[in-house]
Amino acid sequence: MKKEQDISELERKFQEKIDQDIKIEPKDWMPDNYRKTLIRQISQHAHSEVVGMLPEGNWITRAPNLRRKAVLLAKVQDEAGHGLYLYSATETLGADREDCIDDLHSGKAKYSSIFNYPTLTWADMGAVGWLVDGAAIMNQVPLCRCSYGPYARAMVKVCKEESFHQRQGYEIMMALAAGSVEQKEMAQDALNRFWWPSLMMFGPPDEDSKHTKQSMDWRIKRHSNDELRQMMVDITVPQAEAIGLTIPDADLKWNEEKGGYDYGEIDWDEFWNVVKGNGPCNKDRIDTRRKAKENGAWVREAANAHAEKRKARKLRRAS
Amino acid sequence: MHTRKKEKRENLEEHHKKYIMANKEWPLWEVFIRSKQGLSHKHVGSLRASDEVMAIENARDVYTRRSEGISIWVIESSNVFASSPDNADSLYDPANSKVYRHPTFYDVPDGIEHM
Amino acid sequence: MNSLFEYLIRLGDDSLILGHRLSEWCGHGPVLEEDIAMTNISLDLIGQTTSIFEYAGKVEGKGRSEDDIAFLRYQKDYKNLLLVERPNGDFGVTMMRQFLFDAFRKPLFERLVNASDAQLSAIAAKSLKETIYHLRHSSEWIIRLGDGTEESHQRIQDALDELWKYTAEMFVEDEVDESLLADGILPSMKGLKEEWMATVNSVLEQATLTIPTNNWEQHGGRNGKHSEHLGFILTELQYMQRAYPGMEW
Repeated sequence: MKKEQDISELERKFQEKIDQDIKIEPKDWMPDNYRKTLIRQISQHAHSEVVGMLPEGNWITRAPNLRRKAVLLAKVQDEAGHGLYLYSATETLGADREDCIDDLHSGKAKYSSIFNYPTLTWADMGAVGWLVDGAAIMNQVPLCRCSYGPYARAMVKVCKEESFHQRQGYEIMMALAAGSVEQKEMAQDALNRFWWPSLMMFGPPDEDSKHTKQSMDWRIKRHSNDELRQMMVDITVPQAEAIGLTIPDADLKWNEEKGGYDYGEIDWDEFWNVVKGNGPCNKDRIDTRRKAKENGAWVREAANAHAEKRKARKLRRAS
Repeated sequence: MHTRKKEKRENLEEHHKKYIMANKEWPLWEVFIRSKQGLSHKHVGSLRASDEVMAIENARDVYTRRSEGISIWVIESSNVFASSPDNADSLYDPANSKVYRHPTFYDVPDGIEHM
Repeated sequence: MNSLFEYLIRLGDDSLILGHRLSEWCGHGPVLEEDIAMTNISLDLIGQTTSIFEYAGKVEGKGRSEDDIAFLRYQKDYKNLLLVERPNGDFGVTMMRQFLFDAFRKPLFERLVNASDAQLSAIAAKSLKETIYHLRHSSEWIIRLGDGTEESHQRIQDALDELWKYTAEMFVEDEVDESLLADGILPSMKGLKEEWMATVNSVLEQATLTIPTNNWEQHGGRNGKHSEHLGFILTELQYMQRAYPGMEW
């Protein structure tokens, strides 16, 4: 048991390291809360990748041509990979992957609310890639420099791989926007449905965000929610204009003074409702994941049993 | 009576063993990849697999989807012994004073090349 | 009838339909690592489909693209094996279907590498590399599940019993094969079935599984006579192309 004085000394040294941008590595001393916050944040992120496979996975068998099918499949596969990189980072903190997953299935752990919206048309594959991955990248790029080494390294890999995700989404939108009347309508409709939920992805406004200050001090978050949201709007508006789509916000206006766009009120009631479980797909998404785990139980069990048998046989041969 | 009790206990143990087996996670493996000939294997992350054969295959699928590697090592995480950061001072600091291990320690006159 | 075109359609449809089936697993695998492995195999199969149909379009010479061929035919014009359109079932059925197929595809591609047709040979060479990996993956799973728990053993044995009758169709040689063999386009397929059987026997033995005694053979796919399942696969596969005809995506 360490004395209180020792702890505060350790904490001081810890913060000093962070302030000097020295990475924290798994076996280094860290405050309990830093560890807990990271486990929560990284596993939430991992869950988002894995649940995020579903709304897009939904369209793989219906993709309109072979090229789009292969690209979509590769993208959804990447998401599984990214979930894995991130679970692997939580395991360096002493968390257990299956425990984290059980928390997801019981509703104790959250994931990005955006995946509780349905993907209704092919254009949604465009909108999700362009906006949802766009917002995710905005969130993730600064995390490549976060203070926890394994998380930062995972994010570097994720960001490198995700660069094609947003492009393929935008390319889908571009093709639709340049296509027939039906296709253009499909694209605009997808933008209309995904625009606001994408802006919500950055989380509640800064004044309501309870974790921001501490997380910024610990450098496991490097920009505030509102800063990131503003960047997203400023970057995306010209992209929409370039392909002739309209952002569904009557209040959207360039503000010369701040050098960015002013945008309309976000419906935070909707946001909190979806977070609480009342989104259009919350139950379906979790049920699907839970079922995958349950249906796979006998397979995982068999692999364990087989590994034991093999080990035993090897020992017998050796003796 | 006695045998019934024993039987019951054995059943319970059997049941318990089955439960553990069904819920036991596959072991964790650390993955090392050689990205090209001439470089050493580098740690890239971890994954779960029931045996070493599966671990290699999973590593190929998870960590080399973009041809990042030509050779893979996997090591069960429980077999990795790590130095403790608390001892870092005694382990690594002494090396700091041994500057003579580094080539810049030595003076070489101007005009001498290839050394 | 153009035999080479017909042959390519059979080859490509096997890849297309099995790739489709495997892609249905995406997001539902028994463990994340296996989800990734199955999508990898599916991606390989879709890649094969693309190059095979690209070439089929050229051979046919009517200006059809790989997508026209993949998406815009009627059910009877698809020539895949009945085996690959079987529903995924549980993970055991999926792996058994994969194994029986991979064990056939590997020696097939090994022979097709020697085809006098340069394009076909190149496609086979690339596909062979992929198939070797697929076969290793599926074989290992058959052994794990067969020689795993009582439950897994039963499930994988059931899968074998269910799928066995669809395997004979892989080795039928009809006038398409015969004319290509006669023209020297296809290399000899001698020993193909024996090689397949040897792989199957060796893996099933390690997996402690037994080949079913019922020798009934179910044929049809190669001649366009499919099971009811294909219709539903095509309904999904073709949805966009049929609902929005003639558009670019």
